[in-house]
Amino acid sequence: MSGYLSAQLSILCLNIIIAYAIFLPAATGQLNLGAGGFAIIGGYVGGYLNSSFDGLGWAMSVSIPVAALITAIIAFALSFPILRTRGVYMVLATFAFAEVVAGIVLNLEVVGGAAGFPVDGHADLKILAPITIAVIVFCWFLLSTRFGLAMRSVHDDENVATLFGINVRWIRVAAFTLGGLLGGLYGALYGHQYNYIEVQNWNVLFNIYVLLYVLLGGTQTPFGPLVGALFFTVVPELLRALGESLNSELIADGRFALFGILIVLMMVFRPEGIVTRTLLERLSGRKTQEAVT
Amino acid sequence: MLLMQQIVNGIMLGGVYVMVAVAFTLTIGMLNFLNFTIPALFMVAAMVFWATMSGGFGEGFDSLFGSVLPVGMQWVVGVLLALIAATLCSLLIERFTYRYMKTRYGDATEHAIPLVSSLGFLIIFEHIVIMIWGTDPMSLNSPFGAATWRVGGLLIGVPQLISLVLSIAIVAALHLLLKRTKTGRALRSIAENPDTALLLGVDVQRIVPVVYVVTGLLCAIAGILFAINYRTVGPYIGEQVATIAIAGMVLGGLGNIWGAIVGGLIVGLLEALATYWFGADIVKVPIWGLLLLVLVIKPTGLFGQSAIGKGKF
Repeated sequence: MSGYLSAQLSILCLNIIIAYAIFLPAATGQLNLGAGGFAIIGGYVGGYLNSSFDGLGWAMSVSIPVAALITAIIAFALSFPILRTRGVYMVLATFAFAEVVAGIVLNLEVVGGAAGFPVDGHADLKILAPITIAVIVFCWFLLSTRFGLAMRSVHDDENVATLFGINVRWIRVAAFTLGGLLGGLYGALYGHQYNYIEVQNWNVLFNIYVLLYVLLGGTQTPFGPLVGALFFTVVPELLRALGESLNSELIADGRFALFGILIVLMMVFRPEGIVTRTLLERLSGRKTQEAVT
Repeated sequence: MLLMQQIVNGIMLGGVYVMVAVAFTLTIGMLNFLNFTIPALFMVAAMVFWATMSGGFGEGFDSLFGSVLPVGMQWVVGVLLALIAATLCSLLIERFTYRYMKTRYGDATEHAIPLVSSLGFLIIFEHIVIMIWGTDPMSLNSPFGAATWRVGGLLIGVPQLISLVLSIAIVAALHLLLKRTKTGRALRSIAENPDTALLLGVDVQRIVPVVYVVTGLLCAIAGILFAINYRTVGPYIGEQVATIAIAGMVLGGLGNIWGAIVGGLIVGLLEALATYWFGADIVKVPIWGLLLLVLVIKPTGLFGQSAIGKGKF
């Protein structure tokens, strides 16, 4: 496998994991614009545990799960105040959370502050790919369980979900915490993949992009974030390659602007995301209710 | 005295935040929509102003206007072009956001459509500017130089002072527009309930662009003032500077114009004082931390009342 391809596949794997981290809360109708906060916590905790203590740091097989767990615990503690907010307030609260985390870590001299933090252990594609597949399978399984159905009902209508005896608060807390777990996992893997982390990797634009992966992919089915992350990773690369082959600077430099245009058009023509429940049913040949009537 | 100077600086910086915070709060108060393109409009205006002043549009543009305009009046063209650019961009956003807000399938994330579109526009505008002028910060030849007044040992920048007075004046004018004019009444009725407004004979589709025009103008003025005050512009000033105004908006309460003024000034003060006491790196922590606290403890902001945007977008 060429170096370019494996580098791209690694990015794809990482993007898929963080997309699922934001997807889980989004599947219960909560928009989380704070992906960077989780990624920073996971990345720095994982990197610190692995690379500090004068070479006596923990092995990757320990440091990555511990980083994910610690992030999940923080997400759990955070979910109670944050889930008091709704809608646009929640978008702002999670956004503020990510900014606070970035600001604090930027000033922590223990982890290098603004200069960044080098991480020793290297996680290559052989480690990333199985973890990514496990994450996809886990989320896919989770949404097929009773818990997943409950998530879907909370997303569609909270009041009705309450009427059917679902503990809405618990579902939302659980989804947010699981999102934190995956976000921490992403951060730790990212640090070990690139062996270097800095807060600037997870800036405002990162938060925005991740939320867009999920919303463009679609929050109705567990395949949405997969397609969204794939789309966001592959299309800019294709556009870059196209620009290079056509020798067109317009396409090569303007690919992100083109990408923004795609986003806006998507929202006009397919506001529920690329993958929706109806699309899957149509593809699998099952008749939907709409198709019958 | 040094502390007093920082307070003065903070209030001056607050003047820029006030305008952007008012733009945010106006859109969310009237249309119930968090317009994330506002930072980009701010940036586009600042960049267009810079380009007119410092040759960003190339030789031909400069020689054309240089022959028409008397020397030293270039900034008038810059201001006009910046206002026009931001307003046009804002109207473009209107075309693709508010119109698609209506819930069609009764789905919770359906309300996120305009939010996502506005994030898309943020990316579009930022990268178009990067395509044209690159990512480096540019320095501006200020038309007013570093004019300062010395009041009892305090250094007050004249452009800063003008911008503060201007921003409060503009918001006062906006307040009058909303309270006294027919358009203002129509806008407030839309804020209450778009469907009822339609029933009462308000042409919602025609009147909504007014909000976007005002938003574009406010952002443009804030961007120009920022460019004059700090004399450095770049494609990232939108997300780095203008997003802080979100904190000002929330502090004042979503949809509350006078609250946004106070909130913007508080954020400016907080930023100046935090820089003075703890250094420039840590500035984000108190501002966003305060925002997080306010959102969790008292989401209606410091002045209470409205619960706009709660439960929906």
